[in-house]
Amino acid sequence: MIYFDKVSKIYPDESIALQDITFSVEPKEFVSIVGHSGAGKTTLLKLILAEERPTDGKVFFESVDIQSLRSREIPIYRRKIGVVFQDFRLLPNKNVYENIAFSMEAAGRSDEEIESDVPHVLELVDLTKKIWNFPHELSGGEKQRVAIARAIVNQPDIVIADEPTGNLDPVNTFDIVQILKKINDLGTTVILTTHNKGVIDSLSRRVISMENGRIVRDDKEGRYTI
Amino acid sequence: MFWVDTKRIIRSGFFNFSRNAFVSLSSVLVMIITLSVICSLIFLSALLNASLDKIKNKVDINVYFVSSAPEESVISLQKTLEGLPEVSLVTYVSREQALEDFKARHQNDQFTLQALNELNDNPLGAVLNIKAKDPSQYEGISQYLENKPILSKDGASIVDKVNYNQNRTAIEQLTGIIKSASKLGSIITFVLVIVSILITLNTIRLAIYISREEISVMRLVGASNFYVRGPFVVVGMIYGAVSGVLTLLLFYPITYWLGGASQSFFIGFNMFAYYTHNFGQIFLIVMGSGMLIGAISSYLAVRKYLKV
Repeated sequence: MIYFDKVSKIYPDESIALQDITFSVEPKEFVSIVGHSGAGKTTLLKLILAEERPTDGKVFFESVDIQSLRSREIPIYRRKIGVVFQDFRLLPNKNVYENIAFSMEAAGRSDEEIESDVPHVLELVDLTKKIWNFPHELSGGEKQRVAIARAIVNQPDIVIADEPTGNLDPVNTFDIVQILKKINDLGTTVILTTHNKGVIDSLSRRVISMENGRIVRDDKEGRYTI
Repeated sequence: MFWVDTKRIIRSGFFNFSRNAFVSLSSVLVMIITLSVICSLIFLSALLNASLDKIKNKVDINVYFVSSAPEESVISLQKTLEGLPEVSLVTYVSREQALEDFKARHQNDQFTLQALNELNDNPLGAVLNIKAKDPSQYEGISQYLENKPILSKDGASIVDKVNYNQNRTAIEQLTGIIKSASKLGSIITFVLVIVSILITLNTIRLAIYISREEISVMRLVGASNFYVRGPFVVVGMIYGAVSGVLTLLLFYPITYWLGGASQSFFIGFNMFAYYTHNFGQIFLIVMGSGMLIGAISSYLAVRKYLKV
């Protein structure tokens, strides 16, 4: 469903983030991308989100060349993707309910759908009690669970998680990984970047290892080897 | 769809305004200054225009006739003058009326009145008071009177004197001073208006700079530009509306306090009366410009962060 065709990304300051990347992700797959900081993991995700454009090569989502999307079509495309960031990126002026409702509103869902789906998805991440709290009143693990709820509420085809456990302690890390696994079991493709060895080893799913902008390994049931 | 979005955008704008109370407060305060400058511009121009009008009204030409001038010749001259396109009004003051006026003017001056009584005849002539439609036309009217000697039947001029030339220099100077004062005032206020609009724009830009992360998140979860920008524009308009109301409230006591002073200083222009009388118009200008400045500033400020 996602296909990278000889993709390179060179930033204006001549730093090479990705070099000649080719790989594909199948529907319902759970792919982890590992590598040191600066290996190009985040750039790869930014290309999928159409946040950056490749310098060379093409990125396809299903059969659509992402680069060819007009700026008006990009928001509509992004609604098929749920994103989770390391630093949570919740909207600070909105409470938990409104944060999740926002992505539904942006996608043009009706008020009735929002009222029924938001509590439901909060149940899934076990945060029903904090529905009216603001982000600054939540712990890191809780914030990340809100972010995941926001990412999945529109029933996206794919969830992209960029080091979602990077700012969390081991217990919360375990919880978040379990939630992502559950999402994947329910049929959503998940792409996860991390440099947490424990996470990768406990998942035993496909692992793509990156180094200096290149893919160095692609193992079907990989372990953390860098 | 559009209406649902619009409803959500407006609601979200109101939430953002109240939840960012401190940022809202500072933006509103800065905007009050801008709107006060705009409001002052309105008052200044009204003040100068009123003074200019007052002075224009003081300008006229008096044609004094000799006391022997027959009334019908004066009346016929009045008719001719009224026919001129430049003339707006010609008032005829008869000899008797002139005497009454003179007596009234000197009612405390027994000596003069006594002297007047010793004359058997009324020594005063009739007067025609001419007002032009525009001050610049007095020159022409005065020349018309000079070039067309008005003679009585026996060939002597019935006009004693035309007083335009005596007042002319003073009138022209005064008009000049007021015109340049009003020009200078407009330039200064215009510059102030521009400066304060820029300050407002910058304040709103800073307020939105705080939200730049938020804007990029909104974009990444799939919100359209319209949907991201909407609430910010609504907040900008709320800044404008709130500041507008506060500015209008502020000007109520200010003009009340200055009203008396302005009335005695600027020949009868009462700022408070002007404010209450033209309130509808001032309300529209202040609220309109406030909301417009707020909306445009927000629109421009958000644009920068929508590139994600």
